[in-house]
Amino acid sequence: MPNHLEQLESESIFILREIVAQFRKPVMLYSVGKDSSVMLHLAEKAFFPAPIPFPVLHVDTTWKFKEMISFRDRVALDKKLELIAYTNEEGIKKGINPFSSGSAVYIEVMKTEALKKALDHYGFDAAIGGARRDEEKSRAKERIFSIRNSSHRWDPKRQRPELWKIFNGKIKKDESIRAFPLSNWTEFDVWHYIYEEKIDIPSLYFAKPRPVVRRENTLIVVDDERLPLERNESPILRPVRFRSLGCYPLTGAVESEASTVLEILEEMMLSKSSERVGRLIDNDAGASMEEKKQEGYF
Amino acid sequence: MVHRSEVRVGSPKIKKYLDQHLRKDRLRFVACGSVDDGKSSLLGRLVFDSDGLYEDQINSLKLDRKISSKKGKILDFSLLFDGLLAEREQGITIDVAYRYLSTKKRNFIIIDTPGHEQYTRNMATGASNAEAAIILVDARRGLLEQTRRHSFIISLLGIKHVAVAVNKMDLVDWSQKIFQCISDEYTSFASKIGLTQTLIVPTSAVTGENICQIGNNTPWYEGGTLLDYLENVKPDHKSFSSEFRMPVQWVNRANQNFRGLCGTISNGTLRVGQKITALPSDIVTTVERIISPRGDVDLANEGTAITLTLANEIDISRGDYLSGIKNKPEVTDQFKATIVWMDKKPLFSGRIYILRTSSGFAIAQITSLHHKVDLSTLISHSTKSLSLNEIGICNIALDRVIPLDNYKKDKETGSFILIDRSDCSTVACGMVEHSLRRAQNIIPFKVHLDKKARASANQQKACVIWFTGLSGAGKSTIADLVEYKLHSSGFKTMSLDGDNMRSGLNRDLGFTEADRVENIRRVAEVTKLMVDAGLIVLASFISPFRSERQFARDLLEEDEFYEVFIDTPIEICEKRDPKGLYKKAKSGLLPNFTGIDSPYEEPANPDLRLDTTEEEPETQANKIISFLKEKGILKWWL
Repeated sequence: MPNHLEQLESESIFILREIVAQFRKPVMLYSVGKDSSVMLHLAEKAFFPAPIPFPVLHVDTTWKFKEMISFRDRVALDKKLELIAYTNEEGIKKGINPFSSGSAVYIEVMKTEALKKALDHYGFDAAIGGARRDEEKSRAKERIFSIRNSSHRWDPKRQRPELWKIFNGKIKKDESIRAFPLSNWTEFDVWHYIYEEKIDIPSLYFAKPRPVVRRENTLIVVDDERLPLERNESPILRPVRFRSLGCYPLTGAVESEASTVLEILEEMMLSKSSERVGRLIDNDAGASMEEKKQEGYF
Repeated sequence: MVHRSEVRVGSPKIKKYLDQHLRKDRLRFVACGSVDDGKSSLLGRLVFDSDGLYEDQINSLKLDRKISSKKGKILDFSLLFDGLLAEREQGITIDVAYRYLSTKKRNFIIIDTPGHEQYTRNMATGASNAEAAIILVDARRGLLEQTRRHSFIISLLGIKHVAVAVNKMDLVDWSQKIFQCISDEYTSFASKIGLTQTLIVPTSAVTGENICQIGNNTPWYEGGTLLDYLENVKPDHKSFSSEFRMPVQWVNRANQNFRGLCGTISNGTLRVGQKITALPSDIVTTVERIISPRGDVDLANEGTAITLTLANEIDISRGDYLSGIKNKPEVTDQFKATIVWMDKKPLFSGRIYILRTSSGFAIAQITSLHHKVDLSTLISHSTKSLSLNEIGICNIALDRVIPLDNYKKDKETGSFILIDRSDCSTVACGMVEHSLRRAQNIIPFKVHLDKKARASANQQKACVIWFTGLSGAGKSTIADLVEYKLHSSGFKTMSLDGDNMRSGLNRDLGFTEADRVENIRRVAEVTKLMVDAGLIVLASFISPFRSERQFARDLLEEDEFYEVFIDTPIEICEKRDPKGLYKKAKSGLLPNFTGIDSPYEEPANPDLRLDTTEEEPETQANKIISFLKEKGILKWWL
């Protein structure tokens, strides 16, 4: 029998192939993070020796860490990906940013709206995402093929029953699906797989001294000069790393000494804090992820 | 989540630990119970006591408790699992939730399923991928109908290992008598439905009794803990043999010289050089190369996603099946199956659906519904329809042959779902009993004369003009005129309508939705025979449902079926009321009358739409004649 990771790997490859076999125009959402890196790696395996048969879409809010963008471009070049980087230009014109607009409006316009616009613009009927069920309570109930109506809304009460390994990818005109090949992976599995398969990930995941400011129990790395500093604030160098990557003003760093994948795995086993705690957007209300998902956020 | 207690700070043993972790096997188990049996709490306790929770999730639990109306002196473990807002407001579990737990011995996928009857379909969803089950019983309430229903679904979906947790024992003063009573009753019920290997354990989610540790309150209990059971139960392996099987999922044409067949091995192993057969064609071939996620290999195991190439080029596509040469699945287009109905709209015998298997699909018709099972008594009742959450036995006919097996023999070739053709939702899941040998025995009689030959003897092209519309819309009037015109020009025609069909062949049918479906099914079959006979058929039926009109269309070739929608508004039909039917229907004397208390689904894309409010029937008839000329049915000079 295949071992634990090989089982997960084969199950994800099955899902990726199923998406390509059942849909007209799929796309993979590429967020540059560790889960996206694992998905790309799995997609290469699923379709080898053919190239990955779908484009990858990066929703660029313009507030990503600088390294994420350079890493993205390098990976796209190395792996010969058809990369689509999409920014909601309307939001830029309106001057939407994470500070004066507030994080809720910013997320809505620059991520949720941007994603919907990109999907509509290119006419994708299936969007492959790296969400996992262990991340958060409402994701624990997500199907692997998750149906969305023409305005990309998710209705938890209208989910299709999903039995055995039979996936119903039949959709009406203007409907689409989100598909989650990593549904059954845990955060630990993802890191373990990165270790076993030596998958390249951005160095932001590894600890090194970075300039940070502390805001409401969260460490924010000052990635560029656009971060407005309070009067009494001045960045200090701390050994930090990230457990997940997003827009730098909204992504909290954790203090850590872990500078290799093996050290990260070790730290995780001793860690007292689960992954999403570093993301400010989840803390608004208990089930806010569910509300965001209903609106079309991943 | 990983078992934290196993690692010490700065441990040099991390690599060794990872290796051990890799080698642990994985068990998927489903947890089910009725409302308020305390299932989420028990699972929360299981995860908590086996040390799988991160501290901030525990903090979030404490925070959640403040906004929740549920009361409790200690942590409410159920809040870990009841994730959706709607559920937390009502304090119930609606949807299947997946949780991940890793103990020293095993990795677990916990499938938490809802207890309410209306969500039985989610229960089946959860059970379909499980290898073991935990069923909860509230010690105060004993076995409920829901307990029986869930046990039956578990047995139906082929799970053999079941642990029954008699929970809330703290609320019955740890009474051995109560426990024994429930235990005896369950054992006797379980043996009737084929669940033979069960553990029954007294538990309390509140105190943690017998969940991860044996407690002090049940000294009379001699069995092990729930966790102990889950860590040691051996999932079943397939019973038939280690013969190779794999559905073809996708064909990889990387370049002109590469044609790989992608799939996941569902049974057995595969070696380079092995002889395999491709179904349904049953052509034997040899494996040339196997690409696994680890690269090229000589041998691949069950559960591995591979791409293989063959020594010789044969025509294989998605939905075909590769198998070892012994123990092949049967290839058939008719079979008997048990289905669980999962849709609000009921199932009627005769309806058409899309059937999907793990990678293939076919158009399927429920040809007969034998009976449904009353889950509380296990007694079968004959039926014409199945409603949401009902379980029935039926025969299914397909438009093509597919490989299949008895579900108990092979879950993969024995399982399928049914999909509604108009709204694309999954309406049922099914488990194959056996193929109906008829499929092999009734070889269509090879006739030398075909419909083309018969039609050309009539010097015409056979087809059906299908008139649909409300009662009183003018269908028969227009059809009569068209037929007269055709007949005068020397064409061989036949008219079918409610009068001549319902007075004879369909005399046994009434006007319920189920009977209307059957009525049109028979009409469609008769129409097909008449087109085979080389006639131009004029069929005038209200035929209110899209699904049945589509069925009639599917029986024929593309250029043999023309749908004409007589689009007369109901107010006008009512005013005309040539047979006085609307009057009767309105006064309640005629139930299930289309347009009054039974729906009419308008054609979305009829071949011809006629508006009878402005023009005379004669004009309409001429329009149809011109249309037939356009389509090449009639020559232009006629």
